[in-house]
Amino acid sequence: MATVSTTFATIKLERPFSKTLAIYFKEAKYEFLTRLRLRAYSLSTITFPVMFYVLFGLVLNQKDAAVGGTTLPTYLIPTYGAFGVMGASLFGTASGLAAERGLGWLQVKRASPMPPFAYFTAKVALGMIFSTVVVSLLVSLGITFGGVHLPLLEAAKLIAILVAGSLPFCAMGLAIGYFVGPNSAVATINLIYLPLSFCSGLWVPIMFLPKLMQQIAHFLPPYHLAQLALGVVGGGQHESNWTHWEALIGFSLICLGVARLGFQRDEGKMYG
Amino acid sequence: MIATLQETQEHPKKQSGNDGVVIASLRRASKNFGNVQALRQVDFTVRAGELVALLGPNGAGKTTAVKLFLGLAKPTSGTVSVFGGDPINAEVRTRIGAMLQVAKVPETLRVREHIDLFSSYYPKPLPLAETLAVAGLQEIKDREFGELSGGQRQRVLFALALCGDPDIFFLDEPTVGLDVESRRQLWEEIRKLIARGKTILLTTHYLEEADALADRVVVINRGEIIAEGTPAKIKASTAGRRIRCVSSLAIETVRALPGVVEVRRDRDALEIHAAEAEPVLRELLMRDPRLSGLDVSSAGLEEAFLALTQDHGNARVTL
Repeated sequence: MATVSTTFATIKLERPFSKTLAIYFKEAKYEFLTRLRLRAYSLSTITFPVMFYVLFGLVLNQKDAAVGGTTLPTYLIPTYGAFGVMGASLFGTASGLAAERGLGWLQVKRASPMPPFAYFTAKVALGMIFSTVVVSLLVSLGITFGGVHLPLLEAAKLIAILVAGSLPFCAMGLAIGYFVGPNSAVATINLIYLPLSFCSGLWVPIMFLPKLMQQIAHFLPPYHLAQLALGVVGGGQHESNWTHWEALIGFSLICLGVARLGFQRDEGKMYG
Repeated sequence: MIATLQETQEHPKKQSGNDGVVIASLRRASKNFGNVQALRQVDFTVRAGELVALLGPNGAGKTTAVKLFLGLAKPTSGTVSVFGGDPINAEVRTRIGAMLQVAKVPETLRVREHIDLFSSYYPKPLPLAETLAVAGLQEIKDREFGELSGGQRQRVLFALALCGDPDIFFLDEPTVGLDVESRRQLWEEIRKLIARGKTILLTTHYLEEADALADRVVVINRGEIIAEGTPAKIKASTAGRRIRCVSSLAIETVRALPGVVEVRRDRDALEIHAAEAEPVLRELLMRDPRLSGLDVSSAGLEEAFLALTQDHGNARVTL
């Protein structure tokens, strides 16, 4: 039966670029505030790597102990830096995403005219900001208390590499966030994060690990990030930097692909 | 499709230029989740300026209907249209305000921050002060969401729905779980929106709520619309009485009494559903002096739905 059909003036969403940019900024700002006030996230992501570094790099540092061609406090900045970056990125993306999709908040946002990409960008920005904080803290502590010699340019390069290294793990976090439930997210992340860090030589320098584990480490993304960062302070394994970049980029693409599958599966559930 | 223009005539309280124009509709819309048919061939329209209540028990398909209107789900068959477009488009969404059932909202953001963020998504949002005023949140604007009471939380979600100054609202069980006072407060706020000329579809499983707010009530059960009409008419058709008693009378005798809709035997008791209790009771007591265990209660909504479906089969009725 025919219903009253009315024509409506075409509604065009005229959102100037500046306005879109403002949305992205606000989304990131409030994501940051949400997480900053969430002590479980803000404290643990910063405290753990810093505490480990202070204990193993500064307190237990014997003078003149040389590791990988450099001093222990110097060597441990890139490795605990990579560890901190991983934590900030994985927890920053995966736990929030898993909770928000599992408990209905994402649907509220999706029902609004929010650009969907702003939501993901905010999570990645959050991971990068906290990564920057962690790495900067380690560098400052090392220079102040560990006698670490790091010219400004090298320090900047080290921080830049590690913060850029946040991206593959943000991608990994998005992938995880799409496939774990809101209650199991943190446990799942820890289950992946901690063994992965250990096996990549982020806790104990890689050359002190058994030969077999050193071989396996080549297949683990955190290893490649740590090696890139170690290269800046002269503590790397002297492998080609390109190999490391390629590994990280490849890993990012795989994770983004998985996250995309999750996104489509979710939308499929909704639109199916 | 049933024309329901008479209701707008009965409620001449709000008159804006485009009253009566269909602005949101489902046409023969079905939605399956696996083997479950959440909606079956539903035809449903919302007209400019009206407040429609979609009334039904849990699992009736109310939330699914709202999700179709919001573009959060796509109909398995049939079409959905809001302002002549697909609600998946951001353009259409700028004119929609939504209040959904959500288990957890980020708790460490303050009320005004939540509103500020959602306001930024819309081209012409209300000023923050106005949103706060309409939703009654001025005094708690600096509180974090996690510190709020249930009623306050619902009001924040309500504020997020209205901050973009949309033309149509979809409110999915806005007052579920609220105490009486919070519920009435939210009702007041919903009425304010109607006074501003907005259009509202709200879902509820409280007949009382539909009665208090709506111009038109659409009753849905098991994914199908089973009745539609003014709240008064829906109420009249569902306001039966349930009589329970132990009696030696035969079921057939009781069923033949005037006003009796339905009789069931429940162990040694009879369960009688009647439009009015008094005439039936008079007859019962006269015919069976040893009648005992008498209990009279209002028929619940579930029974009302049952009565509606039984009375009219699967055909949709206009009351």
